[in-house]
Amino acid sequence: MSSIRVLVGTRKGAFILTSDGARKRWKVSGPHFAGWEIYHMKGSSVDPDRIYASQTSAWFGQIIQRSDDGGKTWNPPGTKPEELMTPEGMPKGESNMFVYDASPETGKPLMTHQWYDGTQRPWEFKRVWHLEPSLHDPDHVYAGVEDAALFQSKDGGKSWHELAGLRGNDTGPKWQPGAGGMCLHTILLDPNNPERISIAISAAGAFRTDDGGKTWKPINRGLHSQYIPDPNAEVGHCVHRIAMHPSRTDTLFMQKHWDVMRSHDAGDSWHEVSGNLPSDFGFPIDVHAHEPETIYVLPIKSDSEHYPPSGRLRVYRSRTGGNDWEGLTKGLPQRNCYVNVLRDAMSVDSLDPCGVYFGTTGGQVYASADAGDKWKPIVRDLPAVLSVEAQTLS
Amino acid sequence: MIRVILPPNLRTLAHVDGEVGLELNGTLTQRSLLDAVEAKHPMLRGTMRDHVTQVRRPMVRFFACGEDLSHGSPDAPLPDAIANGAEPFMIIGAIAGG
Repeated sequence: MSSIRVLVGTRKGAFILTSDGARKRWKVSGPHFAGWEIYHMKGSSVDPDRIYASQTSAWFGQIIQRSDDGGKTWNPPGTKPEELMTPEGMPKGESNMFVYDASPETGKPLMTHQWYDGTQRPWEFKRVWHLEPSLHDPDHVYAGVEDAALFQSKDGGKSWHELAGLRGNDTGPKWQPGAGGMCLHTILLDPNNPERISIAISAAGAFRTDDGGKTWKPINRGLHSQYIPDPNAEVGHCVHRIAMHPSRTDTLFMQKHWDVMRSHDAGDSWHEVSGNLPSDFGFPIDVHAHEPETIYVLPIKSDSEHYPPSGRLRVYRSRTGGNDWEGLTKGLPQRNCYVNVLRDAMSVDSLDPCGVYFGTTGGQVYASADAGDKWKPIVRDLPAVLSVEAQTLS
Repeated sequence: MIRVILPPNLRTLAHVDGEVGLELNGTLTQRSLLDAVEAKHPMLRGTMRDHVTQVRRPMVRFFACGEDLSHGSPDAPLPDAIANGAEPFMIIGAIAGG
């Protein structure tokens, strides 16, 4: 029988929630890496017990952790478990180094970007926001980082190298940080075309490569943002999240700072599908595992009021790929709810019916085992949730 | 024996119980002390100083002998009391953010 594992990153550690396929009774393990921010954890689709975690701290920097047994034990990649068993044993930590590529061979590495005051400022590594394991090799994994750049490891997370062509894009000097920092937070790998990767950066926009990461182009045509001097600019849009169904890789869905958008041509052009949403501001967006036109967002009141409109926590579902939305409320608090749901904190499983999960800044992780019709909290009182990833295990 | 006290998060990370003991020859400086800590516990590279520039991370502080040594030159000699182990060199996560 299938089972589900939900990987939850929080401000103060990682938690792993597990259930059988009925998704009624859950076990909670954690905190792992207690006291550290866990920005993201994600398992390999090739080997689901291979999980990568971004452990980070404003004090002590970036640590990469890896589990090869489904989250029971963790080690920094490059340190073998047996090396830790002797009194002298210690983790090596070479996997924690993310250094921007400044070599002339790999293009035109840009060393500055725009700062809040309009001046140019050097790129400075802060943390890994998102880890995206390859669809083909469990040792190959991508990392989206702040200040915005894309790194990859082909040795199981032991060493990291930048795909410098992204920062070498001519628009780089115009990129600027959003309120949360200048982060690369979304990495979409095309299952049909290993050369195609789409990414999103706050606040620069979306970019795509069709040659495996050597060259990139902005894919922001059709985005309209009132908060930048030219609302239709090529870059500068605060994209919060992009989602894609693996069976229709040319169709992309985007939750922007304001506006829910859709593209039918892999991001070459976008049009708005906010329709009847109570607010088109929000962070996450996701697609049903079996219905490519069924999508989910979680409306937030505004860019300064980061909580649900009217204090009612509602997931909105569209079965038409946008424009027509229905509010899903059963089991969710419908008064006095003032939590936020961050961009990486929603996920779906691939059971039938599809399970949908999201975590809040109030520490609740909600689950629906029927594609959003009814919701129940798996756990209520975790630290603020930063990320949620569901794994379907056979 | 030079004595170094790590903050709890870094003790966990490096699998260290209690103080870190170091035997070093020559003039003891902040740089030579931190180099020795990192050589003994490679997992700590990048957690106290930037991986590349070796500049102290902004919210890491170095206290010893009742003084804040964080802003001192990394190549200035450290007090004798640290070199002879009478006083520990304390690496602190700054109090910030509640």
